[in-house]
Amino acid sequence: MADIIEQIESAVKKNKVMIFMKGNRSFPQCGFSAATVAIFDQLGVPYETADVLSDPELRDGIKRYSNWPTIPQVYIDGKFVGGCDIIRELHETGELEPLVKAALAESATQ
Amino acid sequence: MMDPKEIETMIARGIPDAQVEVHDYTGGGDHFEALVVSPSFEGKGLIERHQLVYQALGDAMRVQVHALTLKTLTPAQYQNRR
Repeated sequence: MADIIEQIESAVKKNKVMIFMKGNRSFPQCGFSAATVAIFDQLGVPYETADVLSDPELRDGIKRYSNWPTIPQVYIDGKFVGGCDIIRELHETGELEPLVKAALAESATQ
Repeated sequence: MMDPKEIETMIARGIPDAQVEVHDYTGGGDHFEALVVSPSFEGKGLIERHQLVYQALGDAMRVQVHALTLKTLTPAQYQNRR
């Protein structure tokens, strides 16, 4: 059980933009996951994904990790930022891009 | 299968002074969208607001509700939107 939490922690630390979703970026298995990756594609920023459907332990673990009951879940710079609605809202208000850019810029200077 | 009214009641019970509107947008009883307006969202970020709604729904969120699109506003934000 502790293992999956460690795996999640290392994934969100390693990847500046980490998306836990249903399916993958080419074949999302859920409309909300699809809408979420579409936003990051539109921003044209690099991101990593993990498919919760192929790993029941991850699917359960990620919900406990963030105390958040739904998928997708987006982590930027190691921090949980939200699910589909929040990402959409942050994108509409123009807050998402600077957040992502700041995280990526930080990794470039390290 | 859940009725949108049941969800409205659960959210309203869990969040004081909340005005709640829930729609079943597929007609299948498991995909919903909710508008929740409450003064208790004041000073809270989106994650905290959505977590309050999820808490109010408890196990129903994990078991019966497949998808819930959320809009969480303070009364002032709601006024501005109209």
